[in-house]
Amino acid sequence: MTDIAEFEAETAPETMKRGRVVQGIMWALLIAAVLIAPALLYPVFAMQLLCFALFAVAFNLLIGFTGLLSFGHAAFFGGAAYIAGHVLKVWGFPPILGILTGTLFAAALGWLVGLLAIRRQGIYFAMITLALAQIVYFFALQMPFTGGEDGLQGIPRGYLLGMIDLSQPLNMYYFVAAVFLIGFAVIYRVVHSPFGQVLQAIRENEPRALSLGYNVDRFKLLAFVLSAGLAGLAGSTKALVFQFASLTDAHWQMSGEVILMTLLGGMGTIFGPVVGAVIVVALQHMLSGIGSWVQVVIGGTFIACVLLFRRGIVGEIARMLKVGGWL
Amino acid sequence: MDPMIRLILAQGMLGLNNGVFYAMLSLGLAVIFGLLNVVNFAHGALYMLGAFLALILYSNLGPWLGLDALHIGFWPALVLAPLMVAGFGMLIERFLLRRLYKLDPIYSLLLTFGITLVLQGVFINFFNASGTPYPGMPDSLKGVVNLGFMMFPKYRLFVIVFSIIVCFGTWFIIERTHIGARLRAGTENPELVKAFGINVPLMVMLTFGFGTGLAGLAGVLAAPIYSVSPLMGANLIIVIFAVVVIGGMGSILGAVVTGFSLGLIEGITKVFYAPASNTVIFLLMVIVLLVRPQGLFGKHG
Repeated sequence: MTDIAEFEAETAPETMKRGRVVQGIMWALLIAAVLIAPALLYPVFAMQLLCFALFAVAFNLLIGFTGLLSFGHAAFFGGAAYIAGHVLKVWGFPPILGILTGTLFAAALGWLVGLLAIRRQGIYFAMITLALAQIVYFFALQMPFTGGEDGLQGIPRGYLLGMIDLSQPLNMYYFVAAVFLIGFAVIYRVVHSPFGQVLQAIRENEPRALSLGYNVDRFKLLAFVLSAGLAGLAGSTKALVFQFASLTDAHWQMSGEVILMTLLGGMGTIFGPVVGAVIVVALQHMLSGIGSWVQVVIGGTFIACVLLFRRGIVGEIARMLKVGGWL
Repeated sequence: MDPMIRLILAQGMLGLNNGVFYAMLSLGLAVIFGLLNVVNFAHGALYMLGAFLALILYSNLGPWLGLDALHIGFWPALVLAPLMVAGFGMLIERFLLRRLYKLDPIYSLLLTFGITLVLQGVFINFFNASGTPYPGMPDSLKGVVNLGFMMFPKYRLFVIVFSIIVCFGTWFIIERTHIGARLRAGTENPELVKAFGINVPLMVMLTFGFGTGLAGLAGVLAAPIYSVSPLMGANLIIVIFAVVVIGGMGSILGAVVTGFSLGLIEGITKVFYAPASNTVIFLLMVIVLLVRPQGLFGKHG
């Protein structure tokens, strides 16, 4: 969709320079915000923000950079939370190993789901991922180890590397912050790699990418696995933070929320999903007193974003600063 | 009769009863998708709206107006509620969806998802989230019929027959009449159809109204069977999506046949392994994707 003039404007030397500066500022702001957050917010709330931000960033790799709308990402987020919770609680895995197990599970699940879903394109892709995620939801509801409606409770936080007590809120916070920054850096690296460039080529024009000799399906599948795995990383970490895994994490409404976070912040921007996640989670937090009207507000935000605000917040900022593609 | 066969037939009938709703909803979805290229996520919520309108007409409208004796019953609701849902659908099309036709169809999916959340949220707020029974079932449809292998509720039998007529009627209108021919022409080449002096935007709006009206009608039919709850459409729409992936959205008859048969299969699964009954449709979708990715009735795509 990018035409030549726009492309030339984006790659002009002064834009490149300005882009680098603005991006540097954003990185600095992000790291500073992550580091000082516990001084300003409740640590648990700050950790919740980070987990959802990572979830949204992982989701954006698909919708924003590959052009695939997955409506089933809650399956990876919630599924990983259950698996991580189980190995931490019942098998007594240490925290890092537990989180990695959840992440690997989500990646493997992503491989299966991706393999099926990429057999259809566009809107069907969304419907298939939604339906497959519903299978995971029913498993979470019916399997013996998940605790059914109550969820999986009493997951121990344990000791990091056998030494650092994660039941201390600040220790836990900085561990989650490290997980988030690593996940974010991975996505950033992927997007800016040759692999990421091919993904964006698929987003812009799939038949052309195909005719240039790229094995489009393999690229899509790999992007899906990566995105699912990182969503699983976010879900496992959330299970460790809250010490339980619940059905809410695997419900289709969660898949919808992560779409909203990404859309609101800016699809296809690096920093947008983080901003979107912070806003959506904060909104839910502030409005928790008005009960089901939260859903109405979320739905209304969805409608407003789709109709009026498709670039999202960071996308609009990038446009105003004329640094498209740098944020 | 062998008790096993009896059991299969009985569960099959109950499954067929669910199949009615799969068929009517995927039919409406297919009609809308065919002309507008929009996947209407709100279809489940509009089905819920239809059921609630029937409930409100019977139980709430009278007290709201201060006329406690006023109960608008099932038969008037069967006409009024779908019309109201269709009207609501047309407003959505005219003022919201119409702005998105030039964009990627995922935006209209997301828009209708947002509408779903709003509708659900509003109804959860005013009505019991766990459901309210619909008290207005007409006396003429109460009681049971002896089918030979089971006693089957008269109302459910009525629903099956009635919906088969509605589905067939829809197929007839779209595939065999002049109106349908114009609709199909509008799908193929809207510019050319416009050049013939046909008001395509109006046609699109009416089609969306018709499709959503079908969802409303299904909702009214469902009200006396299931309890009327704000979440009744939410879980259904995901099953409907799987039905649509299995059948392929290209064909009206395909949507109907797939809907009824999947209901039947789901019912029969209950006989053999009950816990699998709520995932069997999704598993069938997986098999179809592996064997025939374009769907059973889908053209290449």
